[in-house]
Amino acid sequence: MRDQQIQTHQLPNGLTLVAESMPEMQSAAFSLLVPAGSINDQPGQNGTASILSDLITRGAGSRTSRQLSFDLDNLGLQRHEGVGCSHISFSGAAVAQNLPEALRIYGDIVRRPHLPAEELQGTIKGVEQTLLGIEDEPRQKVIIELKRRCYDAPWGLPSDGALDDLKNITIESTTDHFKRCFRPNGTILGVAGRVDFQEIKSLAEEVFGDWESKADPVIETIPHGESRDHISHESTQTHIGLAYQAVPYRHDDYYAAWAAVGVLSGGMSARLFTEVREKRGLCYSVYASLNGLPHEGRVLCYAGTTAERAQETLEVTLGELVRLGEGIEKQELERCQARAKSSLIMQQESTIARSSSVARDWFFLGRVQTLEEVRQKIDSLTVDQVLEYVHRYPAQDFTILTIGPNSLEVPDAFS
Amino acid sequence: MLFRETKLQNGLQIVAEINPHVHSVAMGYFVRTGARDETTEVSGVSHFLEHMAFKGTDKYSADDVNRIFDELGAKYNASTSEEVTLFYGAILPEYLPQTFELLSGILYPTLRQDDFDMEKNVILEEIGMYDDQPTFTAYEKVMQQHFSGHPLGRSILGTTDSISALSADQMRTYHRDHYKAGNIVLAIAGNTDWEQILQLAEMHCSDWPSGAFERPVDEAHPAGGLNLVTKESSQMQYVMQLAPAPPAANDLRFAAELLAVIVGDDGGSRMYWDLVDPGHAEAAEIGYNEYDGSGTYLTFLSGSPQSTAENLKRIHAIYDEINRNGVTDEELNQAKNKVASRVVLRSERPMGRLSSLGGNWVYRQEYRSVDHDLATVQSISRDDIQGLLDVYPLDAVSTAAVGPLETLEVGA
Repeated sequence: MRDQQIQTHQLPNGLTLVAESMPEMQSAAFSLLVPAGSINDQPGQNGTASILSDLITRGAGSRTSRQLSFDLDNLGLQRHEGVGCSHISFSGAAVAQNLPEALRIYGDIVRRPHLPAEELQGTIKGVEQTLLGIEDEPRQKVIIELKRRCYDAPWGLPSDGALDDLKNITIESTTDHFKRCFRPNGTILGVAGRVDFQEIKSLAEEVFGDWESKADPVIETIPHGESRDHISHESTQTHIGLAYQAVPYRHDDYYAAWAAVGVLSGGMSARLFTEVREKRGLCYSVYASLNGLPHEGRVLCYAGTTAERAQETLEVTLGELVRLGEGIEKQELERCQARAKSSLIMQQESTIARSSSVARDWFFLGRVQTLEEVRQKIDSLTVDQVLEYVHRYPAQDFTILTIGPNSLEVPDAFS
Repeated sequence: MLFRETKLQNGLQIVAEINPHVHSVAMGYFVRTGARDETTEVSGVSHFLEHMAFKGTDKYSADDVNRIFDELGAKYNASTSEEVTLFYGAILPEYLPQTFELLSGILYPTLRQDDFDMEKNVILEEIGMYDDQPTFTAYEKVMQQHFSGHPLGRSILGTTDSISALSADQMRTYHRDHYKAGNIVLAIAGNTDWEQILQLAEMHCSDWPSGAFERPVDEAHPAGGLNLVTKESSQMQYVMQLAPAPPAANDLRFAAELLAVIVGDDGGSRMYWDLVDPGHAEAAEIGYNEYDGSGTYLTFLSGSPQSTAENLKRIHAIYDEINRNGVTDEELNQAKNKVASRVVLRSERPMGRLSSLGGNWVYRQEYRSVDHDLATVQSISRDDIQGLLDVYPLDAVSTAAVGPLETLEVGA
C-alpha cells in the first residue's frame, strides 16, 4: 500500500490537528470533533447536545445565521453537523482551496456562536420532529433503544435526545452545555486531502491557538435498564435487536473481534445473510455490527421479519451467533481479509473517509494507524486467534429487544 | 481521463472512462428495464429478477456467487428503478477479470425453481419492511397517483398479491424479452485499460442474444389528485407531491437541477429557511427526477400532522413567488457553487463516475466529462431558469400523504 503522509500537531491548549496530505486529490475534507456529546446532557435533559448542535450554527462571530449558511454554501462546502455520545462533530468537504476559509468560519462556530434565545423554540421543534419521526421507523428505533438497554447511562442514552426531556431544556441549559463542554483540550481536527501540513498547522494556530482550555466535565453513570424487553407497535414486521459483549476499538483483540463479526455479517456470503435470508427466506434485512464506546464494546444485531415468522427468525439468528464458537473455516476469514484489503485501499479515494478516520483514530487510540498497519494486523490474523477471541467473548448474556405486534419467547438455551 | 466506447455485434454498448490515478475500478451493467416495462400480471418482476441474478447460473450456485464476490473483496450490489436495473461492483484493478466474468454471468441466471420459491419469501419480507417506512409508502402512492394509467405509475416492488402469484416461467419470459444485448449498457470507470475491457467483453458477452426492447416513452399528462393513507398510529405526517418537469432527453434538465437546489435543497434553500429553520417542518425539500419521456418535481414534507396544511401553503407560496419572479443572481450563484462542489467530490471515486457515465449513456448516448458538467453548470443563466419555468412551472399536481390525518387540503 502506498506510503501515507500523516502528521499531527498538538496546540498548547490541547487541541490536536491530525492531517493527511493527499496531493493527487482535488478536494480537502475536515472532521472537527468537540468533546461535547450527549453523555454531557444533564439528567432529565437528554437532548441538550442535540439542540446545541443545531443552535450553534445559527449565527457566529460577525455572521448572522443566514450569512453563515450563505458563505459556507458559496464555498461549495458539503457539510454535516452531528451529535454522538462523545462529540458534537462538524464535518465538511470542498475543493481544496476553499478549506481554509471554511475552517475560519468553523472557528467562529465553535468559539463565538450567538446561540440566539429567539431561535431556541424552532430548534427544539426540529429536534422533537426528528424524534417523532424515529417513533415511526421501528427499524431505526430498535437499535437506538437496544443501546439504552445494553450500555449504562449516559453512554447508552439516545444522542438525538428523548421526547420527554425536551420540555426541560432551556436557553440557559443549552448555553451552559456550551460553556462547560466546548473547549480545545480534547478537541480533534482531522484534515485530509490536497493540503500542505505547514499551512494547515499555521491555520489551526490562527483559528484555535488562543482558545482557553477548561477542566473536563465529570460523567456519572447509571446502570442500564431491562435486558429483555418488548415495545408494542402496530407494524407489518417485528424488528429484533440483539446485543452481546465485545471489545472496544483500542483493545488488543479488536481486529479479532472485527473478523468474528465479519464472519457473521461481513458480506453477502457471511453466515447471517446466508443462513437467515438466503437459505430460509426469513428476512430481507439481517446484520451484525461491532459497536464501540471508548471503554467497552458490543456486537449489535438486527433482523426484521413479518410477525408470523419472527419467532423462528429470533431462534435461527441466536443459533448462528452461538454457533460461531464451534468453529470458523479458513476461507471465511480469508474473505474478511480480502474485503478489508479492498476497503482500505479504496479509502484512499475519499478525503471525507480519510479525514474522519484520522480523527477517529486519534480519539480512540491517541495516534493514527496507517492503512498498511491495519492491513498487516488483519492479514496476520489466524482462525485460531479469532476462535480464541470468540471463546473469551462468547455470544451469551444477550440483551434482546423486539418492536412489533407481539413479543417473542427467548428459548431457554439462550437465556 | 480517457473516454472510449464501442458496440458489440449483438448490440451491447460499452463505455469506459479510464483514469490511471485512482486505486480501483467500478463496472456496472445498466439494463434498460424496470417497473415501467412490466404488465400488471407480472408487477414487481424486474426487481425480483434482479434478486434472482444472484442465485447464480449453471456454472455458479447461489453460494458461489456471493462467496466469489466476497473473495474478490468486491463492493457489489444491484438496484431496480422504474427504468433501469443496475448490477455493479467496485474492485481493485487486479480483480477485474474474475469480477467481469461473474457479473456478466449472473445477467443470464438459471432461475432454478427452488431458488425462486425461497427468494419469493425474501421479496415478501422486503415489501413488509418498506410497509413500515412511511416515506417509502408515500413515494409509492404518489407515483401511482401521478402516473395513473401511465407505465411510470407501476410499483417497483409489486404487491404481496402480484409477487405471490408470479411464476418462474413468467419471470423466464420476461427475462428473455428484456435482457437482450441491445438493451444493455456496460459502463466501466477507473483504473483499467481499454484493450483488456474489449477482450473480456468478447469472452463473456459476445454470445448474448441480440435485439432490444422498445419502450413507449410518451410524456405523461397527469390528472393529479390526492391519495391520503390514514395511519392513526403514525406520529408524523409525510407528504409527497409531484408535478411535471423536463424529461431526460430535454436540456432544460440542467436548469431544473439548479432550480431544485435553490428552492428546496436540504439546507440553505428557500424551503429550508421558511419551513425547516423555524421548526415548522422536520423536512421540506424539492428534487428533480428525470425519466424517459417524462420528468417530475418531487416535493417532500414531513412534520407534525397539525402543521401540515399550513406548511403546504408555505411551500406553494414559495412556488408561486418563483413562478412569478424567478430566482435572484445571488441564489443562482450559490446553487452553482454547491452543485459544482458536489460534482467534483462525487467524481473522486470510480463508483461516483460510474453512475454518471452509465446514466448519461443509457438515457442519452452521451459522454459528459467532469469538466463538461462543470462548464454546463456555470453556463446556466437566470434566463435559462425562466425558460424552464415558462414550460415547467413549479407545481404540486398529485399528492400522497401518510399519517394520522383524515382530511387534507392540498390546493397548489
